[in-house]
Amino acid sequence: MDKTIDKIKILTDAAKYDVSCSSSGSNRRNLNKGIGSAAQSGICHSFTADGRCVSLFKIMMTNHCIYDCAYCVNRRSNDVPRTTFTIEELVNITIEFYRRNYIEGLFLSSGVHRNPDYTMQQMLQVVKSLREKHRFNGYIHLKSIPGASQGLIAQAGLYADRMSVNIEIADENNLKLLAPEKNYESIFSPMRYIQQGMLESAEDRKKMKSAPKFVPAGQSTQLIIGASPESDKQILNLASNLYKRPSIKRVYYSGYIPVNEYDKRLPALKSAPLVRENRLYQADWLLRFYQFSVHEIVDDANPNLDLTLDPKMGWAIRNPQVFPIDINKAPYELILRVPGIGIKSAKKIIVSRQFGRLNSDQLRKIGVVMKRAQYFILCRELPMNTIHEVKPEYLKQVFAEKNQRRIETGNKQLTLNWEE
Amino acid sequence: MKPFVIFTYDKTFEGFLSCVFFAYEQKIKPDAIQGEREPKPLFFDYSYHVITEEEKSKRVWKSLETKLSSFARKMIFNVWLSEIAEVEMLLFRYVCKNIDSPVSLEMNFGDDDILSVSKIAKKVGSEARKVIQFVRFQQTKDGIYFAPVAPRYNIISMTVNHFKKRYADQEWIIYDTNRRFGLYYNLSEVEEVTFDKQILDAFTEGALVNDKASESEIFFKDLWKTYFQHLTIKERFNPRLQLQHMPKRYWRYLTEMQ
Repeated sequence: MDKTIDKIKILTDAAKYDVSCSSSGSNRRNLNKGIGSAAQSGICHSFTADGRCVSLFKIMMTNHCIYDCAYCVNRRSNDVPRTTFTIEELVNITIEFYRRNYIEGLFLSSGVHRNPDYTMQQMLQVVKSLREKHRFNGYIHLKSIPGASQGLIAQAGLYADRMSVNIEIADENNLKLLAPEKNYESIFSPMRYIQQGMLESAEDRKKMKSAPKFVPAGQSTQLIIGASPESDKQILNLASNLYKRPSIKRVYYSGYIPVNEYDKRLPALKSAPLVRENRLYQADWLLRFYQFSVHEIVDDANPNLDLTLDPKMGWAIRNPQVFPIDINKAPYELILRVPGIGIKSAKKIIVSRQFGRLNSDQLRKIGVVMKRAQYFILCRELPMNTIHEVKPEYLKQVFAEKNQRRIETGNKQLTLNWEE
Repeated sequence: MKPFVIFTYDKTFEGFLSCVFFAYEQKIKPDAIQGEREPKPLFFDYSYHVITEEEKSKRVWKSLETKLSSFARKMIFNVWLSEIAEVEMLLFRYVCKNIDSPVSLEMNFGDDDILSVSKIAKKVGSEARKVIQFVRFQQTKDGIYFAPVAPRYNIISMTVNHFKKRYADQEWIIYDTNRRFGLYYNLSEVEEVTFDKQILDAFTEGALVNDKASESEIFFKDLWKTYFQHLTIKERFNPRLQLQHMPKRYWRYLTEMQ
């Protein structure tokens, strides 16, 4: 029997490549004088030396796995130490970590041990014990095992705040090539079960307020970037279609880290495609919060994101006819389109301009990045350098060069917000 | 030349509101508002000591209730908790502008004072959130979960509701080592506590000295540190990003960074 400390080493190494860490979207309250509560906006409790947030105790139940997915560190053909946590161990560590404010809750995943249903059953017992025996109200993110049966997912959803099934590869044929035991049906069917449970619970709660919540924080998924040849257009189209479903809250993008270099089906990468990953997150933000549609970000002429330009700036430079936008008159949706203006400053502009016309100094103080915005707006002063005077090609050059320098000097992760 | 006027008061929030009342009642606008023990500037013409009266402070607060949203009123109090030098005059101007105006000005971010108040309130709120993120409790021999913190602003009271709900079934203390007082939850309510220097020293060297910690404390602390180290993906190593999210000044009390 391995010691707990050895198990935690092995099973943390096995779990860490999953990027999801969010603890948001649930407001589970502590009604029974038990332990814990969930915070609607989520809380990050620490940050590791790679700059990623630690919100949940992200751990594998076991790293034994019957599958042999090329991109996965836990694949059956890898010669790595294998171990399994007992249910009590996991419950106990979760609670003790939680009491010390190390974590917001548990993110439990697992290798597929024996078969999908057996694995799912083990995980179910952990969350059941936490919720029922220990009256634990902290956040629980439970991974659903591809191929697990509907009955188990229907039970698990009553205990979890969020569930997720990772699609991993944005093209089914490429997925089958890299993960011969998986196909889209085995991934999308648990996603459907989760959604079904959520919709049914929402209906029940309309009739009876006390009906139990089912996965209140919705589901998420992950796509691996750069392990297979899909374009950004393919990836973002998939993401955008997923966001149209009522239950999908987040799509995570994980730049492929070569963990199994010997496998010739995988590309030989010098380093993980972190810049591309970052650009995809920026595009994802545009889809979710800035009212962009996919075809405005990538199309057949430009199927991949420009690594040297953020996608919002890229769109603005390709569409000079939209600008300049009058800050003191334009509607919210248009103001959001200006590079250098985020959601917070856009909202502030809308409320502040009722008290008088805003000038560039006030915009700066409100939080607008004038270095970028100046080419695209009109405010109280006369416009000097709009995109039409300085020409789109010039702007493209200026901003691309700046980013190119940043990428080369090693600041690969530009700005990546891990919170939701 | 207009004379330079100072108000002095007892440095309580009620006292500050009493200053506002006094200004309107006496029709005198101050140029500085400061604590009675703070050194006065070299040149001033008049100094008034304002006595804190609950009745008057309540009346000012009531009139703000008719003018401002609860969000803006909370902002005033948060800015007060910042304890930034000369913050009283900023708040005084903010309050007067809103009282004198026929409509609430809280959304007029084109105004410097309104924007400053909102910015400071945001900083104070963010410090409170940082404490909620980065507080680390250590279980002592007598079973109490103890957490020293050294926040920039006087914000531990702002975190009480969160922790009271979350840790309803455990006794805990959050101790502000800068301001030398703590809040203790005794399983039913929260009370203020202060410690002698010696007792405190044993607690605030970051980690609890081993003979003060419970037996399981050392085990779980080690487990957490091990977990934290293994969680890093070395191919993504980016200490700058780590620092950006988790500034060094919090590290002293972070179990995983000790």
